[in-house]
Amino acid sequence: MSDQGMFGARGTGDTSGYGGLVRTAASTGSSERPYGSYFDEVADDLERAYPLFSEAIERVVVDRDELTLHVKREKLVEVSMILRDTLKFEMCMGVSGVHYPSDSGRELHAVYPLLSLTNNRRIRLEVSVPDTDAHIPSVVEVWAGNNWHERETFDMFGIIFDGHPGLTRILMPDDWQGHPQRKDYALGGIPVEYKGATTPPPNERRNYK
Amino acid sequence: MSDFDPYAPSRDTTEGTVYSVTGGDWDSLVQEIGSTKEERVVVNMGPQHPSTHGVLRLVLELEGETVTEARCGIGYLHTGIEKNMEYRSWTQGTTFVTRMDYLGPLFNETAYCLAIEKLLGITQDVPERATVIRVMMMELNRISSHMVALGTGALELGAISPMFFAFRERETVLDIFEMVSGLRMNMAYVRPGGVQQDLPAGAIPKIRESVKTLRKNFKDNTTLLVGNSIWMKRTQGIGYLDLAGCTTLGITGPVLRSTGLPWDLRKMAPYCGYEDYDFDVITADTCDVYGRFLIRMNELEQSLRIIEQALDKLEKLEGAPVMVADKKIAWPAQLSVGGDGMGNSLNHIREIMGTSMESLIHHFKLVTEGFRVPAGQVYAAIESPRGELGAHVVSDGGTHPYRMHFREPSFNNLQATSAMSEGGMIADIIGAVASIDPVMGGVDR
Amino acid sequence: MGLEEKIPSGFVLTTVEKLAGYMRKNSLWPATFGLACCAIEMMAVGSAARYDISRFGMEVFRASPRQADLMIVAGRVSNKMAPVLRQIYDQMAAPKWVIAMGACASSGGMFNNYAIVQGVDHVVPVDIYLPGCPPRPEMLLDAILKLHSKIYDEKLGSNRAEIIREVELAAMNAKPTIEMKGLLA
Repeated sequence: MSDQGMFGARGTGDTSGYGGLVRTAASTGSSERPYGSYFDEVADDLERAYPLFSEAIERVVVDRDELTLHVKREKLVEVSMILRDTLKFEMCMGVSGVHYPSDSGRELHAVYPLLSLTNNRRIRLEVSVPDTDAHIPSVVEVWAGNNWHERETFDMFGIIFDGHPGLTRILMPDDWQGHPQRKDYALGGIPVEYKGATTPPPNERRNYK
Repeated sequence: MSDFDPYAPSRDTTEGTVYSVTGGDWDSLVQEIGSTKEERVVVNMGPQHPSTHGVLRLVLELEGETVTEARCGIGYLHTGIEKNMEYRSWTQGTTFVTRMDYLGPLFNETAYCLAIEKLLGITQDVPERATVIRVMMMELNRISSHMVALGTGALELGAISPMFFAFRERETVLDIFEMVSGLRMNMAYVRPGGVQQDLPAGAIPKIRESVKTLRKNFKDNTTLLVGNSIWMKRTQGIGYLDLAGCTTLGITGPVLRSTGLPWDLRKMAPYCGYEDYDFDVITADTCDVYGRFLIRMNELEQSLRIIEQALDKLEKLEGAPVMVADKKIAWPAQLSVGGDGMGNSLNHIREIMGTSMESLIHHFKLVTEGFRVPAGQVYAAIESPRGELGAHVVSDGGTHPYRMHFREPSFNNLQATSAMSEGGMIADIIGAVASIDPVMGGVDR
Repeated sequence: MGLEEKIPSGFVLTTVEKLAGYMRKNSLWPATFGLACCAIEMMAVGSAARYDISRFGMEVFRASPRQADLMIVAGRVSNKMAPVLRQIYDQMAAPKWVIAMGACASSGGMFNNYAIVQGVDHVVPVDIYLPGCPPRPEMLLDAILKLHSKIYDEKLGSNRAEIIREVELAAMNAKPTIEMKGLLA
């Protein structure tokens, strides 16, 4: 991800012009072993139970005491079943979608936080799909509670979950066009009218980045 | 929609005939349906309904009194809070997040602030006094939230008096909130790095007194409902959901604890210093509405215990700061309640306007632009009165959240409505939904 | 409406107006339209002994809009909920009044985005706007009392037709907000 800096006229004529400053944020690569605390155990158990580990898991990231496994979408259901049955991650805390428009080829991410009641552990699964082909296999048969979460992620981001029993809009009205929480969907506010002036809605104001 | 007449008895649609009944005309409905030879009726308990705990739409397929299928329609309160927060600084996010689960505003704020503090790496640097105040306010909020759950649940099942007692207790708690933070609801009190302002003078004795009053007043509701044969008949065996059902649906909170599993994040994954407090995790093993009701009643007493321990700690920490010491993150002005009853910080204003230009610039930048949070993503979970409230925060290194997603317990818990109600009678759905205690603001965000 | 509409303007009409206004304001029955946080404050007004609304005879929150005459829109109205709001309003029998409780109902509040209707006056005609986030129960009681005096002063029959004509003329000639001079002009 690269930054264009705090300032610079981005459509509003903001006058403090640092326009030439470009800051490239380092993207997190894979973490190195040892991961620390129970993450090594989890990774070892998963490798033992799932021999195709290196094909399915693209990256393992340990950041701020949390383990994230980046999974390929084709293997998502298999890995989920093994995590649920063998490693005892019985509960999935839902699906959260994130849209990174600058990460071309991997714009839409779906994040699944998992919780193990027996071992009191938490990890996270992350699946990345491109905008052009936003399909992810559904994990409703593994964790039934993801039913509504996947519907919400579809509603808000447009990620289609293959195999979902009823993928329809859940938060927006049924005939709404567009997927609101994507970065290319405007916030949709209206200017607020006062006597003699208006205040633009939050997405059109001069903003610090 | 142009030929829609709100007074019409029936109209034909693509899904069949739709009947509008408004009371007093049930016999005409029965006659009309009797002639169609259909045994199943689809009833819409629409978003506006006195007993559905907010704007929840229940679509029920009935065969007589038995519910064969129950589906929930949600989204009638979708506010776009998560997207709106992407256009506001990190501190301003607190005011949005507070309005999601409006019965437990402090829980939303705390989950959000814990996630930000995790991203900033200052979890250990948050002053102890701020942490203890957060715990105390959260437990008070737990009491007020359970009171609404109890009161409205009882009202929906037909018991009217508990509603009045519950709201009376709630008023005691809201008085404390108003004294400490200035507002009764949606206070935006917990901020990243600490809390907004310290407790005013005389707060601790007042809170101790309120705890005594609450303990005495809880008995009113207990004597009314616990052991009441009508209440037990209406709630025992209703809304059954065992452990397997709970884990696959991702259900946490009193519903999970009613299956017998003592899963409480305050004990299992302590945050905000909960490991230093002495309290019990209440469980029941009946998996039904009555069990959940007993859990909520008993959690009130546990919350009072925690509050008393927090007050003891606060007395020892008199005069300690309530905002993190790092000047790049902390809110620049230390607000306090002034002589005119309004929050102000005259010394700070005197300094930034009169003495130091740098302080003025610092204040300005921190308030308008906000602090920067290093890039990364984090998931912080706390135990709200309804279950596990998780905040998934993604930052790109800037002054605004890149993506904020809340894993609300009510969103998951409501999926259990079908499992709890199908096969039962229509009157039991009300009890089942009331025992889940959904807050639609959190469900729809 | 009835006989009252046909009485010519004069002493009899004003007496009937006062009587009808007095009767209506003292037996206002609200319809439950609690949506979000403001609904909890509305419940506190109805059920907490401190802010007892039944001193005005209004503690019976009718579930059916057909039996209610006041709709207190308490909370944020999303785009999905707006048709439902209109349907409930249509189902109420005249005379009916609407209080927009809270900032979200009055103007969209802090949620200026794709999901929230920016003020329920886009959907239903509003009589009293009550700001606050959420408004204190005392503020809701104050709004109800102001509505009571508004109802008491409501005209009937030919007087009403005249008032409506005057209000419409004023609205047609009124300056839009953006052309008004504010404090700094």
